[in-house]
Amino acid sequence: MENIEISDKFAVQMRGITKIFNNHRALDFVNLDVKKGETHAILGENGAGKSTLMNILYGIYGADSGEIFINGRPVDIKNPSVAINHGIGMVHQHFMLIEKFSVMQNIILGNETTDKFGVINTRKARKKVQEIISKYNMNIDLKKKVRNISVGTQQKVEILKALYRGAEILILDEPTAVLTPYEIEELMNIIKNLKQDNKTVIIITHKLKEIKKSSETCTIIRKGKFIDRVDVIGQTEQNLAQKMVGREVKLQVNKTPAKPGEKIFEIQNINVLCDRNLKTVKNLSLELRKGEIYGLAGIEGNGQKELLEAIIGTRKVESGKIIMNNSEIQNTSTRNVLDHKISVIHEDRHKNSCVLSMSVADNMILTKYSKKPFCVNNMLNYEERDKFTEKLIQDYDIRPSNCKNQKIRNLSGGNQQKLIIAREISNDPDLLIAVQPTRGLDVGAIEYVHKILIKLRDQNKAILLISLELDEILDISDRIGVIYDGSIVGEFSQEMANENNIGLLMAGGKTNEAQDN
Amino acid sequence: MKHRIIKFLKTPFACTFMAVFFGFMVACGILLVTGYSASYSMAIIFNSIFARPKFIINVILKSVPVILTGLSVAFAFKSGLFNIGAEGQYIISTVVSVITGIIFDFHPVIQIPLVIISGMLAGALLGSIVGYLKSKFGIHEVLTSIMLNWIALYTCNYVSMCERFHKPDSDGTYMINPSGYTLVLNNWKFSESGREFLKHNFILNDIILKTDFNLNFIFCVIICVLVWFLIYKTKKGYELRVSGLNPDAARNAGINVERNIIFTMVISGLLSGLAGAFTVTGTSSHNIQTLSMFENYGFNGLSVALISGSSPIGCIFAGLLFSGLLYAGQSLQYKIGAPSEIINILIGVIVFFVAIIRIVPILLNKYLEREENLNVK
Repeated sequence: MENIEISDKFAVQMRGITKIFNNHRALDFVNLDVKKGETHAILGENGAGKSTLMNILYGIYGADSGEIFINGRPVDIKNPSVAINHGIGMVHQHFMLIEKFSVMQNIILGNETTDKFGVINTRKARKKVQEIISKYNMNIDLKKKVRNISVGTQQKVEILKALYRGAEILILDEPTAVLTPYEIEELMNIIKNLKQDNKTVIIITHKLKEIKKSSETCTIIRKGKFIDRVDVIGQTEQNLAQKMVGREVKLQVNKTPAKPGEKIFEIQNINVLCDRNLKTVKNLSLELRKGEIYGLAGIEGNGQKELLEAIIGTRKVESGKIIMNNSEIQNTSTRNVLDHKISVIHEDRHKNSCVLSMSVADNMILTKYSKKPFCVNNMLNYEERDKFTEKLIQDYDIRPSNCKNQKIRNLSGGNQQKLIIAREISNDPDLLIAVQPTRGLDVGAIEYVHKILIKLRDQNKAILLISLELDEILDISDRIGVIYDGSIVGEFSQEMANENNIGLLMAGGKTNEAQDN
Repeated sequence: MKHRIIKFLKTPFACTFMAVFFGFMVACGILLVTGYSASYSMAIIFNSIFARPKFIINVILKSVPVILTGLSVAFAFKSGLFNIGAEGQYIISTVVSVITGIIFDFHPVIQIPLVIISGMLAGALLGSIVGYLKSKFGIHEVLTSIMLNWIALYTCNYVSMCERFHKPDSDGTYMINPSGYTLVLNNWKFSESGREFLKHNFILNDIILKTDFNLNFIFCVIICVLVWFLIYKTKKGYELRVSGLNPDAARNAGINVERNIIFTMVISGLLSGLAGAFTVTGTSSHNIQTLSMFENYGFNGLSVALISGSSPIGCIFAGLLFSGLLYAGQSLQYKIGAPSEIINILIGVIVFFVAIIRIVPILLNKYLEREENLNVK
């Protein structure tokens, strides 16, 4: 691909950007060209350097070499405030909001309009914010506290924040990672509106579907190197995936029909309260058989979290029974639940399933440290731990392969997840509960995780897949249940399920109403 | 070669050493500014620690309580708790040890363990209250332990003035019965033959007769090693470390975090209690006195734990450093009239540097990175 000339037709141009972290070339002579008023995607696997590139553009990191041009003029972006002055706004993957502040307070934070006594003039600010809201057709209550609004709305707040600061170029880092299908739809509309207003949008992503939906052009980065800049129209998802991963990828999961065996796990009419003592799981029942994957679809906050905590014994079950292998396990200790051969892959791996400042080896025994041979007579056996760790690192191809004594913090997200999956599967569970097991993973890793889950199913294990990603549920589940407002509102076999009937139930609709419309 | 030096400089040991060194430099500066000779003062400090066997022994003996309270704090740190209540646990332990030591008078074989264990249990009791309140009701341990520190202080004052224990015409209680002393050769060294023997042996005389010579330090070292073993080698220690670093992950792995909080505070209290009990049995005046303010054994433990980087073995060295400085501070005061506050400043500066010295590895990494980039270009 020939070099594009520097010109003021382009909102952003980056030339030969190189960034080195501790011997490692995170970016190696990367170019980026984004035309004014277009939506441009930056595609790459996890750890390819997409976020690093954007952080350089936003002034969070300095590049070791390379040049940046905004509207055709060379600029030196030393820090984010310089970037903001150049009209660049960024919405990070992890939002930078203060939970206890209201939406309004968050938007004006750091850029408050004040009178001469230093008192904040909220009325003026509110007027400006309201204008932006109506212009882009966003639906936000400015008075609500940020902790009380959904993740999707929080993202809108972040976008508003950037627009309020006069952003002409908007960077969105993995914007759809945490959104529900409906919220994604909304986001796509906002992006469309932004484009009509001649704003430039850069989306960092590894989801191919959304690129097709939202973007016109796309830059592909692999392992810190610039691979290609393409027009999205005329590219198939398969093409893009291949460029991103560097090899052929199967986007569709291949699996044989399930052969469900006897019933192994059952939930009977359980009721569970949430932190605010409201009934959040209501009379929920479900059952799993050996050798099947049960996908639990639902929008975030419909009781999935409380249901999981109730199963693993970290939350009280008010009434009802949870039965594993013919014994009741509700309201017992987590240890007891795990001892009934239940393993869990948690949604938030940093918070719930690993200890970031401990070594890989220490994390490898987290759910089995008290079992032989890792623990004999209350003493830890470090030799066994190391042997076991080395074996799993090799079996599951966790990288770098000499990471045994490194802190797990230093591993990439995909490798952390591999480690956790390896650990949980090595417990030889009869029931594996996987909550968003592919969250934040790239195409290659997702393919891998799905394959493992199906392999486990074929070994006659039961798998409960709780996920917000409808595609994932539809792809690999054998049976699908939809959770809405704390109850299962519908169950489908895989053949009967599709995006429409499940999506409708997820949003609280009824199937027969769907026929009326 | 250069990389090896840099690698060494990044180790915790080198960092701590640098912090201590910078602390001394700043102290020298302060001495100079206030009009004292820095080199002479430093000479006095080193002299008053190392010049005579008696000094060395005294530093070692004085280090025992701060090592143990330091260990107590460090242990709690490891499981994510901030035991600011070491002070109160120490005080309550001296109180209970003195009460047991005065009331009972058994043979030393029974008396000594009785006094020490009673003190330890008192400390553990105080610790367990903090742990229970935290694990059952989520009340922050810092709040409850600060309150319990004061409760311990006034309990001490109350007992000191109690008719049963108060020694007339003094601020304190009677001494505990001598059967509870852990002094080595205490009867012999004051006997005719003992004095006669020691007279001819200067070093032994200095060590045994001129100090409260006891073996508590050895026990103290053993206990540090045991705690290290508990933290790093046992199942329980693993549980505690996980609970401290990530309670959510611990819960999901089937670890009973709440029970571990209580366990940690009990052990932490036991250790601070041991510090108090050892002080009562091992050093004169073998009693408790009315306190107008905290004696800071527990709070100094916080500094020791910080300097040691919460390492149980590091506590031994940090404690020795601490007690050496405190001991030398007194000499500095009477030899050149420098205020002993200088020593407190010195200690403060060292702790300050230990806290900020973590910047060194970061700076070194930056340096390496820059160098590499130059090479690349």
